[in-house]
Amino acid sequence: MVTLTPLETELFALAGSVPDPELPVLTLRELGVLRAVHVRDADSVEVELTPTYTGCPAIEAMSQDIERVLRDHGVREVMVRTVLAPAWSTDDITAEGRRKLREFGIAPPRVAAAAGPVAVGLGPTRTRDAQAEAILCPHCGSADTELLSRFSSTACKALRRCLDCREPFDHFKEL
Amino acid sequence: MSTPETTAAPTASPIPRAAAIALGDDALVLSHRLGEWAGHAPVLEEEVALANIALDLLGQARVLLSLAGDEDELAYLREERAFRNLQLVEQPNGDFAHTIVRQLYFSTYQHLLYAELAAGGGPFAPLAAKAVKEVAYHRDHAEQWTLRLGDGTEESHARMLRACEALWRFTGELFQPVEGVEVDGKRMETAWLASVGEILRRATLSVPEGPRSGAWAAGAGRQGLHTESFGRMLAEMQHLHRSHPGASW
Repeated sequence: MVTLTPLETELFALAGSVPDPELPVLTLRELGVLRAVHVRDADSVEVELTPTYTGCPAIEAMSQDIERVLRDHGVREVMVRTVLAPAWSTDDITAEGRRKLREFGIAPPRVAAAAGPVAVGLGPTRTRDAQAEAILCPHCGSADTELLSRFSSTACKALRRCLDCREPFDHFKEL
Repeated sequence: MSTPETTAAPTASPIPRAAAIALGDDALVLSHRLGEWAGHAPVLEEEVALANIALDLLGQARVLLSLAGDEDELAYLREERAFRNLQLVEQPNGDFAHTIVRQLYFSTYQHLLYAELAAGGGPFAPLAAKAVKEVAYHRDHAEQWTLRLGDGTEESHARMLRACEALWRFTGELFQPVEGVEVDGKRMETAWLASVGEILRRATLSVPEGPRSGAWAAGAGRQGLHTESFGRMLAEMQHLHRSHPGASW
């Protein structure tokens, strides 16, 4: 990362403290989507933001929230740019972010998982991926959980169920 | 749709406009077709899954069409003949088996394509590197359903066979060269046939034997020729924007 001026560090922290519009327990810094803050001149700032998924509609709300926070801080001109490369990965979620997700009832993504979906054998009805690292139930901690659907309330989550406490839960799937 | 400016290419390589439109149209049209399932999917989980896949595709379409011009103008104000999408993606949803087979055929192709584009480092590499990870989930979804339905009941097996046969003739077009898309079509086609063939065999479905190119095959979408139902789909997709220019909410 390039060296930041003290002002850029301050503004980065400020923009990074904005809560994610979909998962308000996480900040944008913890989600790993805030890439850079450049101070262009006295009161003009450029912010680089990367989407989680290409079609993530939350990016517009994020941009507006960042603009508002920086304007309230006295920056007159805020320009938020969306950057695609390098592609965001769930490995960009900080350790603190993972802890918060679990507390919120969402199983965090496994770290440095092989990119993409893990192939699962086809069971009689549902799919239980025995060979991969277990996804723990965020409610009771059991490793005995099964996949119900690859897509849940948002594209970034899968729907699972705990076979011990029987609670369904969302899993932030690896990307 | 108003978004912050998107920088897809950090390099200064020029954007091949025709290619951005062709690939963007594939994503846009399939996104719309999948969106038609909203309120009609067989179970709630599928309702959500198909909508999520549609959203991923819409995201790709927005990036790609924005590389070629104004996304709204391109999506809502072009006539049918100006669209360059594959005929496969415009095919009606049919029954759930048809939708799944269309997904299997297309997502396998798109996954191979984006992997090549990501590795190639050209103007589409930033998007491709990102989208290839999303498409891996689309492909996985289609694969699991193909296995479950193909190796399911007599009825689901028969419907899957019907869908595989019906859409087979649209698959030759996937590997036609597109100007500005720097990929090895022959190699991709070999990989596609191996991958799809393997999944169909595991699903106890036979690989269709019909032609994929030539007189009895279909596919001239890249030249702007489309099948009958596409015009009706466009009418629905473009109606609001054309009736109320600049409308937003």
